[in-house]
Amino acid sequence: MSGLIKSSIARKVAMALSGLFLVFFLLQHFTINFTSIFSPDTFNELSHFMGTNPVVQFALQPVLIFGVVFHFIMGFILEIKNRNARAVKYAKYSGGANSSWMSRNMILSGLVILAFLGLHFYDFWIPEMVHKYVEFAPEDPSRYYHELSEKFVSPVRTGLYVLSFFFLALHLWHGFASSFQSVGFNNKFSVGATKFAKVFAVVIPLGFIIISLVLHFNH
Amino acid sequence: MSILDSKIPEGPLADKWTKHKNTINLVNPANKRNIDVIVVGTGLAGGSAAATLAELGYNVKTFCYQDSPRRAHSIAAQGGINAAKNYQGDGDSSYRLFYDTIKGGDYRSREANVYRLAEVSANIIDQCVAQGVPFAREYGGLLDNRSFGGVLVSRTFYAKGQTGQQLLLGAYSAMNRQINRGKIEAFNRHEMLDLVKVDGKARGIIARNLVTGEIERHSAHAVVLATGGYGNVFFLSTNAMGSNVMAAWRAHRRGAFFANPCYTQIHPTCIPVSGDHQSKLTLMSESLRNDGRIWVPKRKEDAEAIRAGKLKPTQLSEEERDYYLERRYPAFGNLVPRDVASRAAKERCDAGFGVNKTGEAVYLDFASAIQRYGKEKALTSGIHNPSAQQILEFGEKVIENKYGNLFQMYEKIVDENPYKTPMMIYPAVHYTMGGLWVDYNLQTTVPGCYAAGEANFSDHGANRLGASALMQGLADGYFVLPYTIGDYLSHDIRTGKIPTDTPEFDQAEKDVKDRIEKLMSGSGEHSVDYYHKKLGKIMWNKCGMSRNESGLKEAIDEIAALRADFWKNVKVPGTADSMNPELEKAGRVADFLELGELFAKDALDRNESCGGHFREESVEQSGEQKGEALRDDKNFKYVSAWEYKGEPKDAVLHKEDLVFENIELKTRSYK
Amino acid sequence: MNLILKIWRQKDAQSKGKIVEYPISGIEGDMSFLEMLDVLNEELINKGEEPVVFDHDCREGICGACSLQINGEPHGPDRLITTCQLHMRKFNDGDTIFIEPFRAKAFPVVKDLMVDRSAFDRIQHAGGYISVNTSGNTIDANAIPINKENADDAFAAATCIGCGACVAACKNASAMLFTSAKVSQYALLPQGQVEATERVLAMVNQMDEEGFGNCTNTGACEIECPKGISLENIARMNREYLKASLKG
Repeated sequence: MSGLIKSSIARKVAMALSGLFLVFFLLQHFTINFTSIFSPDTFNELSHFMGTNPVVQFALQPVLIFGVVFHFIMGFILEIKNRNARAVKYAKYSGGANSSWMSRNMILSGLVILAFLGLHFYDFWIPEMVHKYVEFAPEDPSRYYHELSEKFVSPVRTGLYVLSFFFLALHLWHGFASSFQSVGFNNKFSVGATKFAKVFAVVIPLGFIIISLVLHFNH
Repeated sequence: MSILDSKIPEGPLADKWTKHKNTINLVNPANKRNIDVIVVGTGLAGGSAAATLAELGYNVKTFCYQDSPRRAHSIAAQGGINAAKNYQGDGDSSYRLFYDTIKGGDYRSREANVYRLAEVSANIIDQCVAQGVPFAREYGGLLDNRSFGGVLVSRTFYAKGQTGQQLLLGAYSAMNRQINRGKIEAFNRHEMLDLVKVDGKARGIIARNLVTGEIERHSAHAVVLATGGYGNVFFLSTNAMGSNVMAAWRAHRRGAFFANPCYTQIHPTCIPVSGDHQSKLTLMSESLRNDGRIWVPKRKEDAEAIRAGKLKPTQLSEEERDYYLERRYPAFGNLVPRDVASRAAKERCDAGFGVNKTGEAVYLDFASAIQRYGKEKALTSGIHNPSAQQILEFGEKVIENKYGNLFQMYEKIVDENPYKTPMMIYPAVHYTMGGLWVDYNLQTTVPGCYAAGEANFSDHGANRLGASALMQGLADGYFVLPYTIGDYLSHDIRTGKIPTDTPEFDQAEKDVKDRIEKLMSGSGEHSVDYYHKKLGKIMWNKCGMSRNESGLKEAIDEIAALRADFWKNVKVPGTADSMNPELEKAGRVADFLELGELFAKDALDRNESCGGHFREESVEQSGEQKGEALRDDKNFKYVSAWEYKGEPKDAVLHKEDLVFENIELKTRSYK
Repeated sequence: MNLILKIWRQKDAQSKGKIVEYPISGIEGDMSFLEMLDVLNEELINKGEEPVVFDHDCREGICGACSLQINGEPHGPDRLITTCQLHMRKFNDGDTIFIEPFRAKAFPVVKDLMVDRSAFDRIQHAGGYISVNTSGNTIDANAIPINKENADDAFAAATCIGCGACVAACKNASAMLFTSAKVSQYALLPQGQVEATERVLAMVNQMDEEGFGNCTNTGACEIECPKGISLENIARMNREYLKASLKG
């Protein structure tokens, strides 16, 4: 890992690649969750597979966790380095004149997402781990939908989820498209790729918001 | 016999340089390591010389007042660089380039130097391309050329309107390579304040660290001055704000003769002055004259109405316009050389036909070019009956492709759209052909002190052709000076390092400190700019585009009086031992106040009209050329080299007779 | 026009600086921003105060000396120009204008508004050249035809004036646009290929050592660049760097 963070460009590429990996994960996560609003059975089936398949559990899950942690730690390192690169601040700084709010506040949207992950782990991942690996409770392939919908009874939690997805959209709006540039992809296909990334940045978080709201109001 | 020895090698013109290179002394590579060379100025000439000298093995120290060598004012050259490559197959050759340059300089330059310049010009292009300079190319991938400044062949290489920038960055990159190798030590934000001579030879300089104010001693076996021209003696010019004559003038005071100070190029296509606050003038490339037509109103009433803002230029019909260059010079029209175009503009404005609010501007009109290109483009786009609107759009597009950056620059400064209304232009001081006198080896009259680029006088005679300044700077720096200097340095292989703790350095440092002290202790009545602006006004009015005896005599007296007042009453705030831009300016203006007087004295001596130097007393009295400049080869076919003797008025003139063996002296006619 | 100027004054690199307010009147729209500062300085000198120090030289937008963060933007609110080409007609009577130095740890203040940009020079020393002797004994310039598109792109990258606006604009004070412009110029030309690997590694390494921040693709540099140097150059440098790293 030390090799990966030695130069500014290597850090930048590492940030982009870990981000892209998380984008794929997000798509996968969204696809499964989306089934919950029209077919609880499909949702249960998929969740059961993901929750019990050893490859997913013991190979993909650690990689994912590593990816998340790496992306966050690197984000913090970069933020600190970047702040240090300008020791004396401007009395007046018109960032809005030349760059988007999203691009300048990745750390803020990132922190909101980090806080959300805390809540999300508390809601699902920790109970799940306890269920499976601490209590060794018997597996019930149809429990997932129920557990999911239970969580969205609370309007406060639903509200927090919606807010977090909004920040996720802001984060993706800059982050996804910008990762292409970081890995050196800037050519005649870039306009299309950027458009795709921006659509993704809106559609996926919006989809998550819809899922949360549907589950909340269906209850 | 003059005491000036130009050291031009014997033999036929075309063989002189090769023969010279073959016969001069060389320094063995092992000995080069023990020899130091100081290069002052890091523009095209200084940067390229420093890089080449370091590459050859000498230890080089460079000095520039800017924060980086990359900012030298060579960077602002727009148009291009000439080279006799004959890539276009239009019959170009070294001889033609030589001939054009001599003729363009109105037969006031040395044949041998100019021929050498033309000879090495082709190498410059090879060299720069190898360095990665991105010249403009054609679709086939080969280098593009354009015709420039009214010559009959296309020999100008260019990089859009930024040729000087690209060439300078090329030289800067060559310097960087040597800095990285430790062969060049760069002293940026340093200004040379004096030349130090030991036993009659240039052995070092005194420089001021502009950040700390510290006075430093630097020694070397030879000193190269590549510090550019002195156009800022006019206050307003196209030079950079910091461009100055200090290094050259300090060398002059230490014994280097100053040649032809009155030869100044006043460039015809600059953006006119807008008010008293103006700090500098902006040039627009001469290439604009390839497509623009220059005119003023035919009737004085119209010019007055335009000045008062009651009439717009576009409201005047073709019959109401006076395309005065096309009228006076039907053969060359708008493409007459710079000096001719400038004088013609001044003549019209002085007669009351000038157009902007100050009355000092003429129009440069692209309307007919837009029409011409528009129709052409419409035809090639397959539209046979284009509407007026289509023609306009096509035409503007073509003009934008050719001159877009210049048009944008004009619009930013003047706040008028030059696609819709004609540009306004007026001549401005641009380049000084005069400078330190040098021999064929580029050595000044001080042994060991060399001058390169605009700082010397050598190649352009009384008028410089477009795209020749870049060529000369790089020729001097890359291909001439590094070899000729070896001949001198070959005698220094046993000298060892020059110590700086000698009485000569002590004295030079004391002189510098006393002078600073004196500048700091003026009574404080007027700022430095006050004096600089006053000097500029005298120079522009009396030593500008046209000069006469009584005006020049007045100028000499006025400048001397202004100089006395300056030393008594100038105000320099701050301290000498810290960063102090006002002190820097004061030192430079003090030298301009001496140079200005010598300039006028030289102009007074030269009672002929040649190139950029126009004496009202010397004009053709009759015939087709009536009223045009009259050169006097019988009495003035010489280089004026002035020796310093204290006050400028006491300067002694030495004449270097110019010998023309290969070229017949003719009257420049553009009719 | 009457204006209130809020200007950063700092005696030297060691001293602490502060914003000082200067009212100024009689400013005309035809003046350039630097000519407006000339007027202020003339007033200060006549009052016996020290004038405001700022870098400037060619005053035609090409030397790259002038800098200034004006109202929070490098080279002020106009686009594709340097401060010396900014005209006062872009401001209104009564405006308050903040004038600060370009800020970055790698650009320490020398005095007032003047900063030390020698970090840029050092990046160039590290590899901003093609190692060819200046003897003139190279091959004929037309012996290597270069595709016009690449030649034009190389030229566009080479028009960088090294002013530092990219660093000043970037919220991270990153020098990626500057460095990538030089890397790109040579990467696009056949002459630059021979040393491509060493060049990009050395230049990026030096850039990092100077203490510039990381690029986070905000794009502010491209918007504020007076020469319109494209972000494509940064992508190209990223590619070149990855390629070079893999080569070792």
